Amino acid sequence: MRRGGTALALLGLAAAVAFPLLTTRVTWQNAAILMMMTAQLGVAWNILGGYAGQVSLGHAAFFGAGAYVSTLLSVKLGVSPWLGMGAGAVVAAGLGVLVGTPCFRLKGHYFAMATIAVGEIVQALVNGSDALGGAVGFNLPLGETGFWGFVFNRSKLPYYYIALGLLLATVGVNWIVNRSHVGYYLRAIKDEPDAARSLGVSLTRYKMIAMILSAGLTAMGGTLYAQKELFIDPGSTLSTSLSIKIALVAILGGAGTLWGPVLGAVVLTAIEEATRIAFGGTGRGTDLVVYGALLVVIAVFQPSGIAGLFTRRAPRPPAPPEPEARFP
Amino acid sequence: MTVELLLQTLLSGILFGLVYALVAIGLTLIFGVMDIVNFAHGEFLMFGMYAAFWAFALWGLDPIVTLPLTTLLLFAVGVAVYRLVIRRITDAPMLSQIFATFGLMIFFRGLAQYLWKPDFRSVDHTIVAGKVAFAGLQFGLPQVVAAGGAVLTTAAVWAFLRFTRLGAALEATAADKEAAALMGIDAQKMFALAWGIGAACAGVAGALLATYYPIFPEVGSTFILVAFVLVALGGFGSVVGAFWAGILVGIVEVMGGFLWDPAYKMVLVLSLYLIVVWFRPQGLMGKA
Repeated sequence: MRRGGTALALLGLAAAVAFPLLTTRVTWQNAAILMMMTAQLGVAWNILGGYAGQVSLGHAAFFGAGAYVSTLLSVKLGVSPWLGMGAGAVVAAGLGVLVGTPCFRLKGHYFAMATIAVGEIVQALVNGSDALGGAVGFNLPLGETGFWGFVFNRSKLPYYYIALGLLLATVGVNWIVNRSHVGYYLRAIKDEPDAARSLGVSLTRYKMIAMILSAGLTAMGGTLYAQKELFIDPGSTLSTSLSIKIALVAILGGAGTLWGPVLGAVVLTAIEEATRIAFGGTGRGTDLVVYGALLVVIAVFQPSGIAGLFTRRAPRPPAPPEPEARFP
Repeated sequence: MTVELLLQTLLSGILFGLVYALVAIGLTLIFGVMDIVNFAHGEFLMFGMYAAFWAFALWGLDPIVTLPLTTLLLFAVGVAVYRLVIRRITDAPMLSQIFATFGLMIFFRGLAQYLWKPDFRSVDHTIVAGKVAFAGLQFGLPQVVAAGGAVLTTAAVWAFLRFTRLGAALEATAADKEAAALMGIDAQKMFALAWGIGAACAGVAGALLATYYPIFPEVGSTFILVAFVLVALGGFGSVVGAFWAGILVGIVEVMGGFLWDPAYKMVLVLSLYLIVVWFRPQGLMGKA
């Protein structure tokens, strides 16, 4: 990374650590937590969707796996959600392998559609299963039982720093992947799949590595969500609109870049919250009209994402010479 | 289980599947010509339903009577969406195309909520109300008329693509943009036409559904998911594929609900889709 970039990242980190000490407004702290949780999901998605170019629109299945596994373990067996977070990541990674095995044969739109189908299947199965809480979902116990209980009522600060920590860890994994040979292979798979294969790169193997990391990290975000909201149901943790939102965050910021998804989450959450506060509450969907229109405008005028604003434009290649003979 | 009951269930599945197919045909047409998946396609259907509803509520005109108007209206909406938004992202990466049409979806749903409130509405006493009996089986007339209308519209689109010069130009653009452009076919016009026809198909489906299905701003979400499955199952861009996939999915859905559990019928449909693309990634009738 360039020196300016490192300085900017450190400055951002310092601001993020100090932020809750500067404001005691719960609304602001909540918005910041929401932003970081959203960013973490976008960064996790980016490993598969950005670097490897496998556009998943079913990541809510992994998010839900994290939320449901830790919740079931803690509600039914009294296992600490911290352990549940690990278990959820393992289950999601397993689910990822299960999804990847058939779906990695599919390209582009076909892959994206198949992942929508997987997400919808998981949602429908949980919706219909009484053991998994059905459509009603689960309420988690509210009582605070120390750090291992992963429930904090008195202050938002623990959630804030856990969300920050998880986000940094996820960015860290992204950074390592990006720098390692896996990252090079993933970019090769994305840009020149045939060339990569002819050089002996196992496409499926590296896509699978990306899938496992992406799914596992997304699931950890799911556990954090469950412990923060203390209520989960299929609509909030398994819906396709959540899957698409996770992808949107990364796309908005700039898929395949390290900080793009974080930027995307900040902007998307800000737009969402601002339109909700300014136009919501009427129950008439004004906020949705503004939000949807803004998404369209951004997609039309900034197709490479916000990160594209900061990267210097490549110099324009010299114009090809005019053909001598015109096609009749 | 009696044979009549089985037959009754099977046929009602086909009736609904034909309407599904009509929604998917618009989607697959747009995809085939432009390589863009339109997430806002269910909202074209929703607009078709509301157009039928308001013509009925304000002027007492039946959805079947106003069907030609609804078709024209939605054709115009499709062309407008192309001109205002899609034209600008034709060459953008797939990711920002998803972003744009998803934004359109949210925008249209919000707009419907804003203009017409989130209430459930329905068209009471339409001219196609009632039942038809046939060989000991009984079907709702609205369902039969909707399926019939869907088949006619599908056939019309198919014939248009197959037998008219304009349809051939559209297919040529779908097959090879550059070659078509060299033959003097204006790609922009073809894209606009595909969006117009695509939206009109969804609008016709919406108007037909309005005779028996509840109308609300999010109604598109149910249909868009099935339409995606049909497009991928039939093969991206294949009108005939989407048609047969619609019938197949209609049968699987209703038989799954009948023999197993209605809560899991979508699981069956989606699993069928995953199994098919596992063996044929290009779909049933898509080109490899």
